[in-house]
Amino acid sequence: MRFEGTRNFVATEDLKVAVNAAVALERPLLIKGEPGTGKTVLAQEIAEALGRDLIAWHIKSTTKAQQGLYEYDAVARLRDSQLGDARVHDISNYIIKGKLWEAFEADTAPVLLIDEIDKADIEFPNDLLLELDRMEFHVYETSQTIRARQRPIIVITSNNEKELPDAFLRRCFFHYIKFPDRETMQRIVDVHYPGISHMLVHEALTSFFTLRDLPGLKKRPSTSEFLDWLKLLLAEEIGPEILRETNAAKLIPPLHGALLKTEQDVHLFERVAFLARRG
Amino acid sequence: MFLGFFLALRQAGVKASLREFLTLQQAMQAGLAGFDAEHFYFLARATLVKDERLLDKFDQVFAAHFKGVLGPAPSGPEAVEVHELPAEWLRALAEKLLTEAEKAEIEALGGFEALMETLRQRLAEQQGRHQGGSKWIGTAGTSPFGAQGYNPEGVRIGQEQSRHRRAVKLWDQRAFKNLAGDAELGTRNLQIALRRLRRFAREGAAQTLDLPGTIGATARNAGYLDLHLVPERHNAVKLLLLLDIGGSMDDHITLCAQLFTAVRSEFKHLKHLYFHNCPYERLFTDARMRPQDAIATHDVLHTYDHNWKLVIVGDAAMSPYELISPGGAVSYWNEESGQTWLGRLLAGFPKSVWLNPVPERHWVYAQTTRLISEQMEGRMFPLTLEGLDGATRTLAR
Ligand SMILES: Nc1ncnc2c1ncn2[C@@H]1O[C@H](COP(=O)(O)OP(=O)(O)OP(=O)(O)O)[C@@H](O)[C@H]1O
Ligand SMILES: [Mg+2]
Repeated sequence: MRFEGTRNFVATEDLKVAVNAAVALERPLLIKGEPGTGKTVLAQEIAEALGRDLIAWHIKSTTKAQQGLYEYDAVARLRDSQLGDARVHDISNYIIKGKLWEAFEADTAPVLLIDEIDKADIEFPNDLLLELDRMEFHVYETSQTIRARQRPIIVITSNNEKELPDAFLRRCFFHYIKFPDRETMQRIVDVHYPGISHMLVHEALTSFFTLRDLPGLKKRPSTSEFLDWLKLLLAEEIGPEILRETNAAKLIPPLHGALLKTEQDVHLFERVAFLARRG
Repeated sequence: MFLGFFLALRQAGVKASLREFLTLQQAMQAGLAGFDAEHFYFLARATLVKDERLLDKFDQVFAAHFKGVLGPAPSGPEAVEVHELPAEWLRALAEKLLTEAEKAEIEALGGFEALMETLRQRLAEQQGRHQGGSKWIGTAGTSPFGAQGYNPEGVRIGQEQSRHRRAVKLWDQRAFKNLAGDAELGTRNLQIALRRLRRFAREGAAQTLDLPGTIGATARNAGYLDLHLVPERHNAVKLLLLLDIGGSMDDHITLCAQLFTAVRSEFKHLKHLYFHNCPYERLFTDARMRPQDAIATHDVLHTYDHNWKLVIVGDAAMSPYELISPGGAVSYWNEESGQTWLGRLLAGFPKSVWLNPVPERHWVYAQTTRLISEQMEGRMFPLTLEGLDGATRTLAR
């Protein structure tokens, strides 16, 4: 079964090739790209397209690799022992399964999303190498070995906060989501707002890309901001002619707060626009 | 077999490993590239490049390597029978290209013999499929991919069958150019540069007793002592920073000094000293370089032993005599040449690098930059993210 995108998600040809390679050869797929370019939703869409469950593991700076396997809740056990609970004699009562364990146990191989792996400690990816390679791990407390019934489809996202170790990278397929061009963005809009006025989208895209190309922006607006902005435009019933006017007059577009998130960027736009109007 | 392509990639600095190369072959066998040249490009990219900064290089090598292939099918000696070669080329390839770590990894996979056996099987499979007329196999028993590149009969590049014909080939568009890592350090990259330096500082830190960890583990262990160790927060790395101050390089040098100062808390030992254009018998403890700030280079060599790592930051561009003749210094009379002093410093600090804020492509134009770069024996790095990576890696070795 091939991944071809879904009715909610526009997949470019290169993304499809990468996804299908990762699925077919059962290797993890590493996804990078600007914020808001669909890295996280991709895993969900792969799951939907291939009819698999999604198991999402969202990584924080404090997340440890071990937590993906299992945790031993020693505190609960200590408390139970104080209270004289009989459960205390069976250590397996205090073993809490992690996301990897869940994924290994599933009847049909699920999609396992390891989201924002770069948030964790630098050693994190290395600590998972063996488990992802062999698809098994050992539970010392109960002397069990947990083996994957089928290799899950693993999607890993990174925002580039940290470099990932080479040994880890060698095992993955890699895809960098290039920021969508106008045509792709048009298609993304179509899946989110079917039936939206093409005139409006046309003008909105012009405003958006002009704004995005402004050199020196602190935070360039991305796909998700553009979609939010369109929603606002629709809600406020701002028509294409208004956008056309602001574009032509080089004014800041209406409801720009959805696109420019910092004061500084708004000022920058206004300064550049001012100079452009004079010039 | 795309061996040539693989080698060209490695030469261009896209260090794809043998493992990834084999993965690509596996993916081709699985038919993941279909009939489409563009799909082959995507597949190769997803398999061989793991860093977006190298995507542009990949595109360039791809374009250069497969350009000629758009013409007629290679014949004669060009279309090499790859089937007979694997044992030799694999071994040669391994010797030439693999790092120790990669060699170890191959050992872990069962050693070269096992690897070659797998390869042989794959090739046999390919041969088998050939009889069945696999789409990857060209005519006359030739592998679809000669050692020189790829055979258009195996993959129909640029012909009508290609689903996505474009005036400009994708890989010629160089869509990832602005992600390339050789951009100079700007504010955007500063953050990342800082992180790299921090990481460098933390690498190889010593272990100390983790008291809370030990208490927790001991409690969990029903009161039996369970010692836990953690890496020490400060690294033992000792860095001696020599900064070229005064003149055109000030902005860059300041930037660089700031960079190192920002991570100062991470290093247990970080010392700044200053010089102008070239280090001679005196260095300065203050950027103003007043006479009272002077410190004899000999004293520096004796104060800081060879465990210190030396980072020199400067553009290495000056008049030749400033470097090669005694008395050539601009600000005072030096008994011995800059080259001699640099040599002493390098001998005193075996772990040393030179960071140069001037873009690398300009280095060849300044005679002294060339000379110093030679004297540094490949340890002069541009002040870019990539350069910083290379420098820290060299220092850590
Ligand atoms: N190709 C696409 N097709 C459809 N929707 C998309 C596409 N790309 C992005 N989106 C939309 O953009 C929004 C942001 O996506 P998502 O949260 O996955 O981004 P992200 O890359 O994970 O961002 P971050 O780096 O901030 O986590 C989602 O609402 C998603 O629906
Ligand atoms: Mg996300």
